[in-house]
Amino acid sequence: MRRIVAAALGLGVACGALGGDQSASEAIAQYRQMLEDGNPAELMELRGEELWTTPRGPRNVTLEQCDLGLGPGVVEGAYARLPRYFADTDRVQDVESRLLTCMTTLQGFAYEDATRAWYKAGSDLEALVTFIATRSKGQPIDTPVKHAKEVEALAVGADFFYRRSGPLDFACATCHSQDDRRIRLQELPNFENPASARTSMTVWPAYRVSQSAVWTMERRLIDCIRQMRYPEPELGSDAIIALQVYLQHQARGGVMQGPGIKR
Amino acid sequence: MKSLSRALPLLLCLLANGVAAADALEVTVRRSFPGASDEERRTRLDQDEVQALCSKHRNRPPADVAARIVESQLQTIRYPEDGKLLGDWRAGEKLASIGTGGHIGRIQPDPADRKKGGNCYACHTLAKKEVAAGNLGPSLTGIGTVRGNGPEAVRYTYQKIFNAQAFFPCSSMPRFGHSGWLTPQEIADAVAFLLDPESPVNKD
Repeated sequence: MRRIVAAALGLGVACGALGGDQSASEAIAQYRQMLEDGNPAELMELRGEELWTTPRGPRNVTLEQCDLGLGPGVVEGAYARLPRYFADTDRVQDVESRLLTCMTTLQGFAYEDATRAWYKAGSDLEALVTFIATRSKGQPIDTPVKHAKEVEALAVGADFFYRRSGPLDFACATCHSQDDRRIRLQELPNFENPASARTSMTVWPAYRVSQSAVWTMERRLIDCIRQMRYPEPELGSDAIIALQVYLQHQARGGVMQGPGIKR
Repeated sequence: MKSLSRALPLLLCLLANGVAAADALEVTVRRSFPGASDEERRTRLDQDEVQALCSKHRNRPPADVAARIVESQLQTIRYPEDGKLLGDWRAGEKLASIGTGGHIGRIQPDPADRKKGGNCYACHTLAKKEVAAGNLGPSLTGIGTVRGNGPEAVRYTYQKIFNAQAFFPCSSMPRFGHSGWLTPQEIADAVAFLLDPESPVNKD
């Protein structure tokens, strides 16, 4: 708890620094440094671990037999190898989608209950994803592209990245295909550049200072799409999963850093 | 004839594969937004010809496609009823900072009547006093000093904002007038913000 208080104080200092001529990214870098041992995401990680190991749902079982791709119950390194194809569902799944499979099939949750308010700060899904991602810290991103459906998802994800539509003609590529670009002061990763893709993909999920919440990669992408003025994509939909396959593929080899801190 | 009969199956196969890949994306897009209304699909997910071409060529259209886009997009440009293309720079300055409007979905939608802005500062440096400016597009500081505010400069600037792809096919810049995101009057105000000698874009 002391860490969290220190984190809150750190935020005050970092915001103060924003007023000076120091750039926003420098201020956030300083803030990150202050939080090195106390990212508020740690609270979510702990809560996620508790959710993972506590018997829950109509069947009153834990998630400890959930197969995240490396075998039932294997959490270590699983996130760095997602999304991937799962034979039991016959589809490529990301971490959220796979968790929902486990929550509905193992624990017996109704899908609506498992996904209720998933996008709100502190949701169970957010906590579980944070816990799982943290258990890939130090592991290189190595999303498989072997099964025919994985190969297809990569192609669809890349095409989706460049697909323009909507009143503003935006695609992901509009903002994320050049180095050193910003929207206002917000620096943008360039997913055509593997080094930049790695820098970005290895720090999600991330504690977002502006939201006082941990955001997962999927949550972040759904918000990008909202900002593009598209309709809201469904949680765990094929477009979002395919896009993550493409982004992970661009970032392959990047070493997972554990939850990051973002604006 | 013999070589054609040999080549034809190969050609058909290649065509079929191309179509299959494009179909996989479109099928995925159709399935992934189940909450969208028909109207939202039509206006926000379905592509017009230019969006489809730019996506296909990943914004690097070959010369013939680029020429076709320029030609068709020049036809889209409409002007204010009063014919004045140089509006009020103060109104234009406000529009340049507004980045809201037009968000839909259940997570964080805008009220339907929320003002849509040009959000120029998201991508361009304009008045020097605004330091929180993006750099996806070029800096436009002092552009009125360079271009002047004669009829040709005013007309070109208006047209460029109305439909950037009439000049730069597959430009990243939204076609603000063509999509109806901004009205002709609002575009004239943005032109004044850029070119009026009194505007902070040219003064400070």
